[in-house]
Amino acid sequence: MIYKYSLSILLILLFVGTLTAQGDFPEVPNPPRLVNDFTNSLSASQVASLESKLVAYNDSTSTQVTIVMIRSVGQYDISDYTFQLGEKWGIGQAKLDNGVLILAAMEDRKVFIATGYGMEGVLPDILTKRIVDQLIVPNFKMEAYYDGLDKATDMIFKLASGEYEADKVTSTGEHGRAIVFFLFFIFIFVILPLIKNRKDNDNHMGGKGGGVDLFTTIMLANLLKGSGGGKFGDFSSGRGGFGGGGGGFGGFGGGSFGGGGAGGSW
Amino acid sequence: MKKALIPILIIAVIGIFMYTKAVGVYNMFVQNEETINGQWAEVQTQYQRRADLIPNLVNTVKGYAEFEQETLTGVIEARAKATSININANDLSPDKIAQFQEAQDQLSGALSRLLVTVEKYPDLKANQNFLELQAQLEGTENRIAVARRNFNQSVQAYNSDLRKFPNNLFAGWYGFETKGYFEAAAGSENAPTVQF
Repeated sequence: MIYKYSLSILLILLFVGTLTAQGDFPEVPNPPRLVNDFTNSLSASQVASLESKLVAYNDSTSTQVTIVMIRSVGQYDISDYTFQLGEKWGIGQAKLDNGVLILAAMEDRKVFIATGYGMEGVLPDILTKRIVDQLIVPNFKMEAYYDGLDKATDMIFKLASGEYEADKVTSTGEHGRAIVFFLFFIFIFVILPLIKNRKDNDNHMGGKGGGVDLFTTIMLANLLKGSGGGKFGDFSSGRGGFGGGGGGFGGFGGGSFGGGGAGGSW
Repeated sequence: MKKALIPILIIAVIGIFMYTKAVGVYNMFVQNEETINGQWAEVQTQYQRRADLIPNLVNTVKGYAEFEQETLTGVIEARAKATSININANDLSPDKIAQFQEAQDQLSGALSRLLVTVEKYPDLKANQNFLELQAQLEGTENRIAVARRNFNQSVQAYNSDLRKFPNNLFAGWYGFETKGYFEAAAGSENAPTVQF
């Protein structure tokens, strides 16, 4: 009896679990894009225009302003859905959390702008609320979806100007460390033996004339080359999220959302 | 001499294995517990932020004399009750969490009743001060929801780790206990589905 009862509960739980956990959020598009219109509310050229604008902003500031348009958020609060989607996709840079997600649920006629932790300072809820009420909602009412999004993103750029800058590819830190290692190795393997050789002529290097033999030199050279290359490779791959480089959007950086933002309906 | 060596070796290997396993499990639980404590602090901060907004809201609403007094006192009382319950991060037992949630949910209910009655007062609804407070309150509710979800996810992972074999044995020795989490609101069945 109890067994049966608990089994049915388990089944219900499993069912509910799969119902809510899976399939409610679209996967990160491949290749990643900043403008994702699943509803075809925008024309292809409008999408391209917004995309290039947002990618350029991302390239210069590392701030990732993302637009997603879906049909309905179902049983979710639009705010809740937006935070979870932003978190899932990892919009914004991991360390800065400078992502902004504009989500429009077209059939629900609702829109929400979620700001990442790092954007709450420049885009407090009250300002995002104004962007929604004054720029998005009036345009969306007239089905001018592109105008609404265009103006809203312009305003976000304006408010957030100067807050973040994209990293410049500088390499002083890592190379500084590599140079120290290099000097250390030279000291251990070249200078120390030389000093030692000066004292006692009976060296341990195999050769006679005092100094490092050919084999050791080649081995050392290879070792140094290897370690140097490794360092540099590590460094360039360490810039997470910006694999692309030329033109397109490189991908989301893993930013987090803490509940900032505001929404409205039209 | 040689015969004695083999059992000793085996015991030593098993001992080392047990020791590393025990240390690993302990450290994992400590780390997870610290994560949960941090997230609990965030939950409390956001609830506190909501409680701090309420006096301003009440004062703004009070200005409209004919406003229903009982709704207001309901909010004030619920706030007093909710702020009186503070849970130390070291004691996040299911009972305590349920108690905390009940008090906070009462405050949520009182607040939503207040906001519904406000609908009847167009002057108040247009009041700039009130609008800003309302936006702040909304933002705080959103942050509470996110903080609660993060906390719940960590606690659920922690609890299931805790009850798995062999972690449950180690956890018993160390005195780690399951923690409580926030229950979802009832009545979310038969909801419409998401459409991309």
